[in-house]
Amino acid sequence: MSIMEYNGGSVIAMVGKECVAIASDLRLGNQALGISSNFQKIFPMTDRIYLGLPGLATDVTTLRDTFRYRLNMYKIKEEREIEPETFAHLVSSTLYERRFGPWFIEPVMAGLEKTPSGAYKPFIAATDLIGCINFAKDFVVAGTASSKLFGVAEGLWEPDLEPEDLFETCAQTLLNAVDRDAYSGWGAEVYLITKDKVIKRTLKGRMD
Amino acid sequence: MNSFLTRYSSTTPEADIRKAKELYGEDDDVSEMIWGSAGGFGNLAKGVPTFKVPAVPDPTSFLRMHTDDHADPSCRIKIKHGTTTLAFRYQGGVIVAVDSRATAGSYVASGTVKKVIEINPYLLGTMAGGAADCQYWETYLGMQCRLHELRNRERISVAAASKYLSNLVYSYKGMGLSMGTMICGWDKTGPAIFYVDSDGTRLRGDLFSVGSGSTFAYGVLDQGYRWDLTDEEAQELGRRSIYAAGHRDAFSGNTVNLYHVKQDGWQFIGNYDISELHYNGPGNVPGAPGGGYGYDVRVAGRSSANAPEDQ
Repeated sequence: MSIMEYNGGSVIAMVGKECVAIASDLRLGNQALGISSNFQKIFPMTDRIYLGLPGLATDVTTLRDTFRYRLNMYKIKEEREIEPETFAHLVSSTLYERRFGPWFIEPVMAGLEKTPSGAYKPFIAATDLIGCINFAKDFVVAGTASSKLFGVAEGLWEPDLEPEDLFETCAQTLLNAVDRDAYSGWGAEVYLITKDKVIKRTLKGRMD
Repeated sequence: MNSFLTRYSSTTPEADIRKAKELYGEDDDVSEMIWGSAGGFGNLAKGVPTFKVPAVPDPTSFLRMHTDDHADPSCRIKIKHGTTTLAFRYQGGVIVAVDSRATAGSYVASGTVKKVIEINPYLLGTMAGGAADCQYWETYLGMQCRLHELRNRERISVAAASKYLSNLVYSYKGMGLSMGTMICGWDKTGPAIFYVDSDGTRLRGDLFSVGSGSTFAYGVLDQGYRWDLTDEEAQELGRRSIYAAGHRDAFSGNTVNLYHVKQDGWQFIGNYDISELHYNGPGNVPGAPGGGYGYDVRVAGRSSANAPEDQ
């Protein structure tokens, strides 16, 4: 029994043209037993940074609160919102603090970065459970369905997708990958982040 | 079957011959039977099934080392596990219902497995545990049941068929066979169910559920079971019970296969998608109340705490 598979759950983030999407399933399990179909794993960090926390459920809750606290402190001291790349390093160092007794979480983040010219650039990243950052240009995955998500995403993703096409690609990738994973599923949600708005959609998924 | 142990022993003269054959590459016992019409049962040419075993001193522990995922979850060969199956006897015959998911570890290897094995027009076997073990030995049981018919000019009883299977798997005890099955049918004593597993257990009973999702199925089954159920009520109870297991158990799901055994043999009732049952129910089927089985689907909009979905 792996502690990373104790509660189940998966997250994926994808880059599009001037937009990003991040999606997760909604299952909370106790090994094979499904407990809840309403367990959120994606949390807003700023107006345009979203963080997905698949892994051990108790650590999902704790880390969500830890990051809220650290971002509030950052905002007070710096008198500005954190940028996605800086946030990725904050996540990384928060996890590495527990190098010898880690949080059982593999975070995935998605956001829009402000460039010096004032435009917005898509940003996604993921880390392992002790904070090794992976800055990907296409998509990042984590959770119990990660190997299945990789397979579907490699097949469906293409560069420069428009927001609605990115939403469809991300949603279908997640929905189809979790149907091949016993520990993920029971519904899903997708956040589509564009420069002027964030759209959250809750999806019906297979309930078995 | 009694000579079986000698074939696996590493100290008998037969074992020496076996080792010699392997050394000198003489493969006389792989006859053209495997290419013929023996339908994969070519190894039955001698009358008793024979199996090649690994050429190691202790084949049993060798196999266990590489396949037992309880002792070592990272072992190379993962045998497909996880299931919900049920069968119950009532006034109108026997209801057999199963799910259709096969998992290897957390990977859902298939969602369209046939876990009811149609042994002959009067006998059904269910499949839990090792898929290959159940499939092979229950098909083999079907062949033996046909031979019984030819020899005795009479159909085999469910008791005799299940006992043949339990004696057979008992002779392989300790060698890693994994099966939990219900042999269901109608003979001259009426409807009957026998639970048989690879430990050698054989039990007659009215109501069984086997597999990782069996506890969930029992919950619904016990709540709704009566001897004088109508055919429609009984079929709905079987369908609803497998749905419950498919919903809650990670290793069960995808679809329900429903069978009804009556005096004149078994009948396939239908295949139902579990997600479809959750959201919309089985459709216009006798016995079904109408609407989805899902808790959140049934209670949606009934209170402010559970408001109807927007959009």
